[in-house]
Amino acid sequence: MALTGLILFNVANSIAVLVLLSLGLGVIYGMMKIINLAHGEFLMLGAYTTVVSTNAGLNLWVAMLIAAPVAVGLFGLLVERLFIRFLYGRMIDTMLATWGLSLAVIGLITTIFGNTVRGVAAPFGGFAIGGYQTSLYSLFVIAVAAVMAAGLWLVLRFTRFGLIVRATMQNPNMAAALGAPPPQIYMVTFALGSALAGLAGGVLAPVSGVSPVMGSAFIARAFITVLGGGPAIVTGTGLASTLFGGISEVATFLTTPVFGQVALLLAALIMIRILPQGITGRLLRRSL
Amino acid sequence: MMLQVEALRSGYGRIPILAGVSLAVAKGEFVGILGHNGMGKSTLLRTLMGYLPATAGRVVFEERDITRLSPTARARLGIGYVPQGREIFPALSVHENLRMGCLLSSRDERRTIEDVLAKFPRLRRLLDRTGGALSGGEQQLLALARCLCGGPQLMLLDEPTEGIQPSIIDEIVEILQALQRGNEITVVLVEQNLKFIAELSQRILIIQKGAITRETSPEAVQDPALIAEFVGMAA
Repeated sequence: MALTGLILFNVANSIAVLVLLSLGLGVIYGMMKIINLAHGEFLMLGAYTTVVSTNAGLNLWVAMLIAAPVAVGLFGLLVERLFIRFLYGRMIDTMLATWGLSLAVIGLITTIFGNTVRGVAAPFGGFAIGGYQTSLYSLFVIAVAAVMAAGLWLVLRFTRFGLIVRATMQNPNMAAALGAPPPQIYMVTFALGSALAGLAGGVLAPVSGVSPVMGSAFIARAFITVLGGGPAIVTGTGLASTLFGGISEVATFLTTPVFGQVALLLAALIMIRILPQGITGRLLRRSL
Repeated sequence: MMLQVEALRSGYGRIPILAGVSLAVAKGEFVGILGHNGMGKSTLLRTLMGYLPATAGRVVFEERDITRLSPTARARLGIGYVPQGREIFPALSVHENLRMGCLLSSRDERRTIEDVLAKFPRLRRLLDRTGGALSGGEQQLLALARCLCGGPQLMLLDEPTEGIQPSIIDEIVEILQALQRGNEITVVLVEQNLKFIAELSQRILIIQKGAITRETSPEAVQDPALIAEFVGMAA
């Protein structure tokens, strides 16, 4: 019973991590069709913001929940204004630009902080599920992922901003004719996706080694989840995270963490074969 | 004059379509534009709305030169656009489409939508349905209603009867005639449906090879000889 509880908790944590890794990318790719190959580095910048801020004496919660999303959101805003806005509708060019950006950011961070792994101590400590000890911080990660997904859904579904964003992503020319300026909408949406990536990086900093190349460990899983989820950003990301997170965690439990990753990739391959437009490309198409 | 277009030229890339269009529209007027396919009717409206840059000439709206303004800036000045093919937001509900139309309305959103729905009773029972699930005629009504939600002074209407069932065309005529009677709006209407354009327009401009070549009356479009010569359609 306790073992089942532990496995379920780990599955929930695995799903939460995928949600955190993917939501920002979901906003940028899912809504704007920008393949941001620097997404992993946006996460990494969020993690570094947390590390640097806490080392400078800022409260850890403020560092990861406020400083990280604000810093990376502003960085995203700058990137959009300087590069991305000239490349809308040019997918290959955008991929090249963001790939170049990812290499530049890795190089810059390596130059500043060195090629070493840093970290911040996870707060809270542990708690017991039966006879098994596990991290209380993982519960916080699950809560943040749930709040982030629910918050994004609520914003997109019920606010005027969400309505304008959804309309602009469907038909920017028509949105413009109704008074919504697409360049500004794109700018804000890109910054929002970047801020979500920064928040994810900040929250994951205490449970992952913070290094200049940490983004490469995240990017594949983030893309797989977003593509697997399909066009509905929140529902799709949630469903794909549940599917892939569940399979990966169960496979990890039964075998090894390496095979857990292999199982995730295999599941993604099979799913894309069956549902090429992702889960919400076929099912729940009206969802967000 | 509410709208003045002077020697306007534009096109797609290096392909010129408009070769010096000049026209003037007074406040409250309904002006129809007729012409063969490919003569520049839709290109004219797209250029007036700012989607296509003018390569020469100018567009003056309410005594302000808007030739270089973006579509959003033109919309904010009071120009509404109902494009060919409707271009409603297919994944948004009918109500959400109407809310998008209210972005530029200075009035309360709920009241604006209520007022517009009073003119479009057919849409009231479809409010929760997604735009993409509507029939072509219903989508056209939605596109018109959405445009009117913003309270435009000038509405550019591009082939609103294209592919629409006759009963909904009659509804559209009634709605536009009611607006005309109330002197609520100015309309530039591009159409190939001769009966429709004759019922609504106070005067009709004929466009040929990217330029306005003739002005005629609604009654004249019943003349088969004129239509055959300038429009290439049967009356």
